[in-house]
Amino acid sequence: MNKLLTVSPSPHVKGDESIRKIMYGVVLAMLPAFAMSAMFFGWNSVKVTLIAVAASVFFEYVIQKYIMKVKPTVDDGSAIVTGILLAFNVPVGLPVWLIILGALVAIGVGKMSFGGLGQNPFNPALVGRVFLLISFPVQMTTWAPNKLAADGFSGATPLGLLKEGLKSGKTISEITSQLPSHFDLFWGNMSGSLGEISAVALLLGGLYMLWKKIITWHTPIAVLGTVFIFEGILWLANPERFMDPMFHLFTGGVMLGAIFMATDMVSSPMTHVGQLIFGIGIGIITVLIRNFGAYPEGISFAILIMNAFTPLINAYVKPARFGRIA
Amino acid sequence: MLKTFKMGGVHPAENKLSAGKAIEKLPLPKTVSIPVAQHIGAPATVVVKRGDEVKVGTVIAQSSGFVSTNIHSSVSGKVAKIDDVMDASGYKKKAVVISVEGDEWEQGIDTSDTLIKETHLDAKEINAKILAAGIVGLGGATFPTHVKLSPPPGMTAEVLLINGVECEPYLTSDHRLMLEKTAEIIVGTKLLMKSLGVNKAVIGIENNKPDAITRMKDFTANEPEITVQPLKVKYPQGGEKQLIKAVTGKEVPSGALPIAVGAVVNNVGTAFAVYEAVMKNKPLIERVVTVTGKSVKEPSNLMVRVGTPVTELVEAAGGMPEDTGKVISGGPMMGRALTTLEVPVTKGTSGILLIRNEESKRSEMEPCIRCGKCVNVCPMGLEPFLLMTMSEKKLWERSEDRHVMDCIECGSCSFTCPSNRPLLDYIRLGKGTVGKLIRARKSQN
Repeated sequence: MNKLLTVSPSPHVKGDESIRKIMYGVVLAMLPAFAMSAMFFGWNSVKVTLIAVAASVFFEYVIQKYIMKVKPTVDDGSAIVTGILLAFNVPVGLPVWLIILGALVAIGVGKMSFGGLGQNPFNPALVGRVFLLISFPVQMTTWAPNKLAADGFSGATPLGLLKEGLKSGKTISEITSQLPSHFDLFWGNMSGSLGEISAVALLLGGLYMLWKKIITWHTPIAVLGTVFIFEGILWLANPERFMDPMFHLFTGGVMLGAIFMATDMVSSPMTHVGQLIFGIGIGIITVLIRNFGAYPEGISFAILIMNAFTPLINAYVKPARFGRIA
Repeated sequence: MLKTFKMGGVHPAENKLSAGKAIEKLPLPKTVSIPVAQHIGAPATVVVKRGDEVKVGTVIAQSSGFVSTNIHSSVSGKVAKIDDVMDASGYKKKAVVISVEGDEWEQGIDTSDTLIKETHLDAKEINAKILAAGIVGLGGATFPTHVKLSPPPGMTAEVLLINGVECEPYLTSDHRLMLEKTAEIIVGTKLLMKSLGVNKAVIGIENNKPDAITRMKDFTANEPEITVQPLKVKYPQGGEKQLIKAVTGKEVPSGALPIAVGAVVNNVGTAFAVYEAVMKNKPLIERVVTVTGKSVKEPSNLMVRVGTPVTELVEAAGGMPEDTGKVISGGPMMGRALTTLEVPVTKGTSGILLIRNEESKRSEMEPCIRCGKCVNVCPMGLEPFLLMTMSEKKLWERSEDRHVMDCIECGSCSFTCPSNRPLLDYIRLGKGTVGKLIRARKSQN
């Protein structure tokens, strides 16, 4: 016998899961929302997305090769996902230099400073986005007109209009006429950041990811369910002070956050029960910030706060063991 | 809704290439090397010496304790030497090497095909015959069967489960046995039931063997005490804890044996061997081995004498394909990669699998992306990613706390991981180290 045989421990077969498949699956899931944003905002939305992706990939490559001195892994698709998600979280009119700065913070601070893929405690795209929001509030809240919106809503997002209206003492009934209808919100006829406006496109992407087993239902349903229930309770208590729960579901990036941002595997809990707790926490904090805080929308902050709780959730929420002695 | 175990599980490609091939007797080799340690427990003590003449069924090594069993010659001829011989584990083990002359069997062994259904033997006598015949679990674990049939004091068996699941991809020896030796398996089942003192048996078969399910159901139509339970195709349904859970709904407690929930599990091959031992006085000297692989010319199910070199089996299946990268003894999920084909078939060899070059190499490991898939697929409810990290950082006490010893080494975690992390390798390291610590602690007390 002169043939050399490979000898390694079992198992000797491998399933077809891979990081690449997961990441590119997420990219595919984001295509409907990307297509809608191009329809509503035109060529600029494509430009913003491409710049965000290119910058994210570039920074990851450079940091890995020259600073961390490891083999660059940009082909695994995770930087592309971060780039697209960052683009989805900013207004279409954001200056190019701010997109690039956001990518640098998202990848450099949000991901690479912790050691790269798998090590980041926070969602990198949200780190970039919140950095931009807090440091450059004006540019981050200047909304371009939605080309296809019936009355060309411009200047403010529905949540922004709501917050302003409530602050100036108006009641819900008075503000509602200024706001897009539920149908408009579901479809995307409103102002907002690139990816957050079209609930239907986001839901399609979510269903695709569920089908391909990239995500499970636990985190998104926990977030959306909690927001719906608590906003519902507030609305029932005082319908003149609080908008109805469907409005809240379709605005302020709750769909985008629940389906694409909270489900980031690295920064969310490992067990299904843990994910439910995680999602409920995000929902509660979002409702609190939206209705009682200074910012019109709160899901970005809510997700980052719950990301910080993930290690604790993982430590205490363990899977049910086979044959555990009760 | 087919019954199944709830927690975890994966779906590797089935590749049951040899399912339609009837069992063929492999011609006798020129030499056999019969290891004395083919079972869990103490190796048997050699009772022959160089030059001795042996027949098929001659005892060549005797049981050396309670958890041990007898080894018989599988051929007739002369003992050439007693030597350390390479076996499937990759290490050299003591074996009796016999040069084959003719095919003479010991007196008293019934080599005919006549079905014998009835016996006057009682439970104790049946158990004694099982020990005498050197019967071990033929599912692969090779646990001495007579020990399994003797529950510890205070524990009683309520149900016998016959494992016809064969959840490993590629393997079909149990499938063919169920199709071709159906009546014998049923008699063997009843013998096991009598030995255990139970009046209930369930034969579990995965749903990818509909012909076996139908045939077994037909043959048990007049046996009210024996039911055939089809099961959902999901790996590792054949693991005894998972089988017990699917059939009875009970979970064997962590650290306990199946008898703790009143169940005893035996492989269909074992039931067949028990029939031959009790009814035909035939000791365990041969078994069905599946020889298979995507490039193999003739994927086959061969009846092979214990001690036959694996080279003979591969030749019979059309020779080793050019593109072979790995040869596995057993199935692809839990089998052992061989360093050479010059190793003997033992009581526990269920299959020889030849894997192509391109499927033999592992991909490079990537960082853990905390996707949680390993947790979702673990049938024991463990956290493989965490157990791997603990082994890496040598945190053995914490590894024991996180129940590393519950791992059944099924491989579902490594199979699934998108980052190609060698989870099971590190978990095995943890089990080995923690096992040593536990034994040291016990011996100190």
